[in-house]
Amino acid sequence: MLKDNRIRVITGHYGSGKTEFAVNYAVKLAGVNKKVAIVDLDVVNPYFRSREKEGFLSDLGIRVIGSSIKGASSDLPAISGEVLTPLQDETFEAVLDVGGDPIGARSLGRYHEYFQKGKYDMLFVINANRFETQTKEKTIAYLKNIEVQSRAKVTGLINNTHLLRSTTIEDVLRGQELCKEVSEELNVPIRYVSCIENVAKELPKDIEGEIFPIKMYMREDWMS
Amino acid sequence: MAKVLMKGNEAIGAAAIKAGCKYFFGYPITPQNELPEYMARELPNIGGVFLQAESEVAAINMVYGAAGAGARVMTSSSSPGIALKQEGISYIAGAELPCVIVNIVRGGPGLGGIQPAQSDYYQATRGGGNGDYRHLVYAPATIQETVDLLMEAFDVAEQYRNPVMVIGDGMIGQMMEPVEFKEPKKRPIAPKTWSTDGTKGERKPNIINSLYIDPQELEDHVIRLENKYAEMKENETRYENYNVKDADVVVVAYGTTSRVVKNAIAKCEEEGIKIGLIRPITLWPFPDKAFEEITDRTKGILTVEMSTGQMIDDVKIAINGRKPVHFYGRTGGMVPIPDAIVEEIKKISGGVK
Repeated sequence: MLKDNRIRVITGHYGSGKTEFAVNYAVKLAGVNKKVAIVDLDVVNPYFRSREKEGFLSDLGIRVIGSSIKGASSDLPAISGEVLTPLQDETFEAVLDVGGDPIGARSLGRYHEYFQKGKYDMLFVINANRFETQTKEKTIAYLKNIEVQSRAKVTGLINNTHLLRSTTIEDVLRGQELCKEVSEELNVPIRYVSCIENVAKELPKDIEGEIFPIKMYMREDWMS
Repeated sequence: MAKVLMKGNEAIGAAAIKAGCKYFFGYPITPQNELPEYMARELPNIGGVFLQAESEVAAINMVYGAAGAGARVMTSSSSPGIALKQEGISYIAGAELPCVIVNIVRGGPGLGGIQPAQSDYYQATRGGGNGDYRHLVYAPATIQETVDLLMEAFDVAEQYRNPVMVIGDGMIGQMMEPVEFKEPKKRPIAPKTWSTDGTKGERKPNIINSLYIDPQELEDHVIRLENKYAEMKENETRYENYNVKDADVVVVAYGTTSRVVKNAIAKCEEEGIKIGLIRPITLWPFPDKAFEEITDRTKGILTVEMSTGQMIDDVKIAINGRKPVHFYGRTGGMVPIPDAIVEEIKKISGGVK
């Protein structure tokens, strides 16, 4: 995690678990005393956006940058000028949570100049249980589309194959196979294998990518 | 088929297409936009039609037309958009046409907000349209149940020649959950001899209409509709009862709220308080029968809604004065939390004995 470049862009199909990954990632970075900003660039989804967790994240010392219009109920694609702060101020570790499809990724285009080789990482989250990213061909098409819209190259894959709380080790391993195929075809490494903690314990230690256990911060207890 | 993870709105779209829906007319509104987006992308692939109308009023009248021609057709919207569709829904019910209408409810009144709500209960069950008409209202609590009921809704609509509404609060539209698609059980559906799909020179033209010049004819028509609604009440009412018999308190909740309530019930059980749940799956017909299980031992009923109290009227009708009925709700897009419900339950039960 600390080896990743300072600017981390988390992208992928909605439902892949981007926001959950981004929030967990930011929390872990803050846990090792880093100065962290999480930027919610989601202009696509009306619910389950990282800005909803502003209180929780701020308490951990994480700066949350969301819409310039306050209120969780805002459905306007307004992005704050403050987004530039963690991109320009190099004392920040920046985590950008991007809206879940190629249209959502378009908002990244405006920050193109900050995505220089060696300065940023764009991590593409894959959930093989999402219907649009179940095969190598569809996943690569989706990834490419996001690259075109965002004008940035994906530098790493995250296998986050899940079925929420009913995720099994089989789900993760099946997702890993898909990620391997994508990885080989595109020559992009699998950087993380993320899954709920009780499944993470069971994963083979030699799996490609860093095992990244996550908590489900975005789901209320009553949700499956 | 293995389970896949889907967002409620797209799962509804996928279920509709699997159920044979080929036509969709609508107008965008949050929080249900992924559904028309899905239909716009997928319907052309199967030779169907997606059409974004110029307004909700236009969209529901296009549904009226397509249903009259015998097509499997659907529309969807969210609260204020469904309000605009009420006139058309009344016409469709009056003309006895099948269609499916999805309402992914947001906070109101007026434009309100985009967060989840259940404040369209009156609109859905009492009808915002005019006249003596009724339609089934399914209120699923999970994405799987949404998919199952949505697929069945098309058959039910054709069986009774009546619009069917599927209502979910915004959370049902936006939440991701694992789903699989299963064929609904077969229903007796008569051939559409009434549809305006061309006479082929073999019959007189069919006419789709809800206007009756002669009041006696209209009364006869309305009585016939009423008999049909009675049959729907008899055959299509659905609910889930959990530990209702001899419970200290019985909670009534539907949709997402029922899931929060289940969490609250689990917490009460840990403390030794026995709580029942009545979960209406059809809001109309309302499951009056579910309340027959309530025994004298129960101290009171608690209705929990994401509104200021609408279903509570039906709960009072069903319990018919046998027990006091209490209310707890959040509104405007706020989702109740389990602890707050536990607190309300304890006020009624008197806490642990």
